[in-house]
Amino acid sequence: MKLLEFLKRERKKSASVAKERLQIIVAHQRSQRGQPDYMPLLERELLEVIRRYVHVDDNAIQISLDSEDNCSVLELNVTLPKS
Amino acid sequence: MARIIVVTSGKGGVGKTTSAAAISTGLALRGKKTVVIDFDVGLRNLDLIMGCERRVVYDLVNVIQGEAGLNQALIRDKRVENLFILPASQTRDKDALTQEGVAEILEKLKEDFDFIICDSPAGIERGAQLAMYFADEAIVVTNPEVSSVRDSDRILGLLASKTQRAERGGDPIKEHLLITRYNPERVTTGDMLTLEDIREILSVHLLGLIPESEAVLRASNQGVPVTHDASSDAGQAYSDTVSRLLGEELPLRFHEVQRKGLLSRMFGGSRR
Repeated sequence: MKLLEFLKRERKKSASVAKERLQIIVAHQRSQRGQPDYMPLLERELLEVIRRYVHVDDNAIQISLDSEDNCSVLELNVTLPKS
Repeated sequence: MARIIVVTSGKGGVGKTTSAAAISTGLALRGKKTVVIDFDVGLRNLDLIMGCERRVVYDLVNVIQGEAGLNQALIRDKRVENLFILPASQTRDKDALTQEGVAEILEKLKEDFDFIICDSPAGIERGAQLAMYFADEAIVVTNPEVSSVRDSDRILGLLASKTQRAERGGDPIKEHLLITRYNPERVTTGDMLTLEDIREILSVHLLGLIPESEAVLRASNQGVPVTHDASSDAGQAYSDTVSRLLGEELPLRFHEVQRKGLLSRMFGGSRR
C-alpha cells in the first residue's frame, strides 16, 4: 500500500522548487539594494551588543536605512523577550 | 547618436561573449557601424569567438596607456563590413583599466560608430563595473538556472546604482533580458525554469530567447559568430534579437518543443 502511494505521489517538479527559492532570495537581495556595504556587519554587531544584556533571537532585530532629501534615518527594531 | 550597450550577466559561462559576438555581427550585417569591446582584461576570448585571434596587435590597455592609437588597435572584421573588434589585454593586471581611459575611448568611438557593444567579464569586479559604467543600455544574459538568475538580479541592482546614468540621476539604463541555453523539452518535463518564470522573477523586458543549440559550439570552434549560420536555430534567434534591438516587434521563436517529422524521427534529427 505504501509502495503504491509512493509511486502515485506526484513528485514536485524541480523547476517549481527553483522558482520558489529564487523568489525568496531575490526579494531578500532587493530589500538590501542601495544599502551601504557596511549594513550587514552593522546589523550583526548591534545584535552582539544587545545580546550582552538580553538574549534575543537572530531574527528579532530589524534594521533599515531610509534616505530622505538631505538626511538618512537608521531605523532599528528589536523585539525583546518578556522578562 | 551611438548606442552604448553592455552585455553582462554576473555569472560566468552563460554566453556573454557568444552573445556579444553574435549581436554585434547581426548589427553590422544590417549596415550599422558597430564596434565590440572586450573588457575581460587578463582572460580575453572575444577575439577567438570572432575568429581574429591571430590579428591582435594592440589592445584596449595599450590604447588607454597611450602606447597605441585607437585606430591601430581596432581590428576590422574579415567577414562583415562595418564591424570592428577592440580586444582586451591578455597580460596586464586589471588595474590597467581606468575609468578616465575608458571614458576617453568611448567618446572617440561615439563619433564614428552607431553601436558600441561592451562585452563584460564575469563577476562584479572592476572590469565588469567599467564595462557597464558608461552604458546606455544593458543586455543581461541569463540561463534558466538558479545561480544565473540570482546573479542577474544582482547585476540589475548594480546597473541601477553603480553606473554613470544612475549617479547622474537622468534616464536610467534601459535593461534587456536575453535568455540563453533554453531547452523547451526540459521545460515541458518541469525540470527547467520557464521563460515566464525568469521574466517574472527578474521583471525585465525580454529581448530575446536563444535555444540550447549545437550550432553555438560549432560556431565558436570555427571562430565564426553564430549569426552567420542563418539556417541554425541559434543564428535565427540572435537575428531576431538584433531586429528587436533595432525596434522591430517580432514574436518569440524556439521556446516550444518542435515536433519531429517522420524523417527526422527515422534518421535521428538533432538540434541544428
